[in-house]
Amino acid sequence: MATTHTIHEHAAPQGFIRKYVFSLDHKVIGLQYYFLALSAVFVGMFLSLLMRIHLIWPNASLPLIGAIKPETYLALLTMHGTIMVFFVLTTAPQSGFGNYFLPIQIGAPDMAFPVLNMLSFWTTLLAYIVMLAAFFVSGGAPLHGWTGYAPLSALPNAGPGEQLGADLWITSIALFCVASLMGALNFITTVLDLRAKGMTLMRMPLTVWSWFVTAILGLLAFGVLLSAGILLLLDRNVGTSFYVPLVVVNGQMMGHKGGSPLLWQHLFWFFGHPEVYIAILPGMGVASQLLSTFSRKPIFGYRAMVYAIMGIGLLGFMVWGHHMFMSGMSPYSAFAFSLMTMSIGVPSAIKTFNWLGTLWGGKIRLYTPMLFAIGFVSLFVSGGLSGPFLAQPVLDIPLHDTYFVVGHFHLIMGVAAIFGIFGATYYWFPKMFARMMNETLGRWHFVLTFIGTYCIFMPMHYLGMAGQTRRYSQFTEVAYQHHLIPLQTFMTYAAFVTIAAQFIFVFNLFWSMKKGPKASDNPWEATTLEWTTATPPPHDNFGGHTPVVHHGPYEYSVPGAPRDFTMQSDPATAPAH
Amino acid sequence: MGLALLCIIWLITFVSTYFFAAKTWWLPKGVATAAAGIDRQFTVTYLLMGIVFVLAQCALGYLVWKYRETGGRRKVIYSHGNTKLEVLWTTLTAILFIGLNLVGSPIWAAERFEPAKAGSVPVEVTGMQFAWYFRYPGPDGKFGATKPELIDPSTGNEGAIGLDTDDAASKDDLIGGVMYLPVNREVDLRLRAIDVIHSFFVPSFRFKQDAVPGLIVHMHFTPTEVGDYEIACAELCGLGHYKMHGMVKVVSQEDFDKWIASREAEKQ
Repeated sequence: MATTHTIHEHAAPQGFIRKYVFSLDHKVIGLQYYFLALSAVFVGMFLSLLMRIHLIWPNASLPLIGAIKPETYLALLTMHGTIMVFFVLTTAPQSGFGNYFLPIQIGAPDMAFPVLNMLSFWTTLLAYIVMLAAFFVSGGAPLHGWTGYAPLSALPNAGPGEQLGADLWITSIALFCVASLMGALNFITTVLDLRAKGMTLMRMPLTVWSWFVTAILGLLAFGVLLSAGILLLLDRNVGTSFYVPLVVVNGQMMGHKGGSPLLWQHLFWFFGHPEVYIAILPGMGVASQLLSTFSRKPIFGYRAMVYAIMGIGLLGFMVWGHHMFMSGMSPYSAFAFSLMTMSIGVPSAIKTFNWLGTLWGGKIRLYTPMLFAIGFVSLFVSGGLSGPFLAQPVLDIPLHDTYFVVGHFHLIMGVAAIFGIFGATYYWFPKMFARMMNETLGRWHFVLTFIGTYCIFMPMHYLGMAGQTRRYSQFTEVAYQHHLIPLQTFMTYAAFVTIAAQFIFVFNLFWSMKKGPKASDNPWEATTLEWTTATPPPHDNFGGHTPVVHHGPYEYSVPGAPRDFTMQSDPATAPAH
Repeated sequence: MGLALLCIIWLITFVSTYFFAAKTWWLPKGVATAAAGIDRQFTVTYLLMGIVFVLAQCALGYLVWKYRETGGRRKVIYSHGNTKLEVLWTTLTAILFIGLNLVGSPIWAAERFEPAKAGSVPVEVTGMQFAWYFRYPGPDGKFGATKPELIDPSTGNEGAIGLDTDDAASKDDLIGGVMYLPVNREVDLRLRAIDVIHSFFVPSFRFKQDAVPGLIVHMHFTPTEVGDYEIACAELCGLGHYKMHGMVKVVSQEDFDKWIASREAEKQ
């Protein structure tokens, strides 16, 4: 193990470029990912604001932007979904915080492959630029939705934005896949090879477990999306027919023959379903870490939590067909996909019960990171319980492609995952920037965001039950949807408030970097290894020595111990747990 | 903050649950034979999930308030968990979720595993950007051939779906933009799309199925009440998706026969 470490040691760079731009340091790369995601989340949020405005004031003319046409609405929707899923929910929790804290939490000086790590970030940035470029080419951004169903996504004349914009969209996603594959390899190798002495698998913090399993999911899923994307590019530009059968668009024969639109859906969702776990698993890890730390209690059922993460990861690969119950896929396969999907409810319930068990009998300190962890649990329950509706093919008949689905996935993979990111930000900020964030602003941010997001996304379930179809730029064309417009109006107002509240966060973030009170090395009195080192951590993380681990990750309030937290590297006086 | 959090979580829970329980916004009235079974399954799922939702959220709010740090010298319960409890709630949720799945399965099987019964009304539905076309085979009971190279929407309904007028079976085919159905008779649906994927969604019938280019999907359903019902496209199909809208007119068998006869007469 010691020899492995020396191989990967590299001297601290001195120049600005090597230190902050083309850095090999996992901490700098983690922050680069984090700020990329922060920029992306604001772009994505702005797009959603435009969508919400258009839905209730379809004829409004906005300053600088002008009137939003139906096809513009669909372009906004496509780019909102894509940017949020790839450049926020995949980037911040895994590549951002994972990069920064995974090596430190296992006692390693860096990632296993620092150059690969740097390449992976720069490829992600390139992908992001290519994605944004789609807005500015002739025809604009594509309108085929973030799922890019063929043939709509495969035919340049199927709609505005389906020309160069769609090619850029696919290219960006392919680049993102390459970057994610590099990242996933790095994470897996680092966890397997670079753990400090005494850091057995069953002593790893649950954050590390969730990053590890997420990386495995990424390795298996992104390769498939990459291949699928390349085939789509070939269909569009070379005249192959992987996804396109003989079709006629606007009275014009398209020259394709024999392709299968369902093939794209199978390949896309083989990636797409694991992707939702890629987005949420790191949040689950963070929630576990925070709930234990701020309850001053060991996590309830550590082993069950680890097995639940693995169970979710494994089952996550066997359920993609539940997105396709209405697609024309064999109705017999729906049985299997449905049964597997319902089974995911079991490890998810285990996690929820264990989080509640962790709170029970604790001494809960309600600092801002903890508020977001509690919010995460609440959102996970709310978003999770609409899953068993959609997992049943019979109930999918009325609910598929309605707002019920939109409410479901926004609560669980959108807002819950974002709460994981917020919790992680407030929690690790002192370690990253050596200052504390403002608690009062943090509380306001939490309360407004928590109530605001429920006001936006809970009503979507009602809309979906009433049959409101998603991806409609206006609800005026279908008579039975007219009476739902007031509820949509309410959601738009809630969105205004929630989005405004995010500026409290940004202000707090940047103001605290400069002006926040100085942080100690372990302000939360936590137990994992990142809190044993200096603040911010030195270039090699532990200042020349390698920590030795004697304890499990969540030893709080151990009877007979001198203080209420036993750090992982504390000497083993009592029998190790 | 503990009390505030409890109030917020409980308030969100009760307000959300109120609108579900009061059915302020709910599924439209079901007017097809499948609706009863689907709605029953929906209600069972909704009651079970509702109970879990309320209990879990209330427990979360309560625990956060009850065990907040108050400065007292109360001791933290040092526990790494409880295997018996883990086994208990794993078993219970497995029974709940898998049981729910098994209970709902026969409804799905009845919907999708069996073909339409003999004597049902054959109708072909063709989706294209951004309209639905409905074809009836006429007295011969056979749909005539269609050819993609004949598709030309500017020449009217027959051109829109590319009807091959040289085929003898196509002579009596009726094509229109409104779907007429006789009440209480099963419909034998042939679902096609000619450009991109569309989805034929009639909320009142609890019916939804994607129309996929390259596939002919056979489905069946039985409307049970006379009236007009809306079709909404439920799969993103391009810029006009939001207005890809159609009507189903469910009429008595007598009116249906009259309508067919008058359309055939027009065609002669």
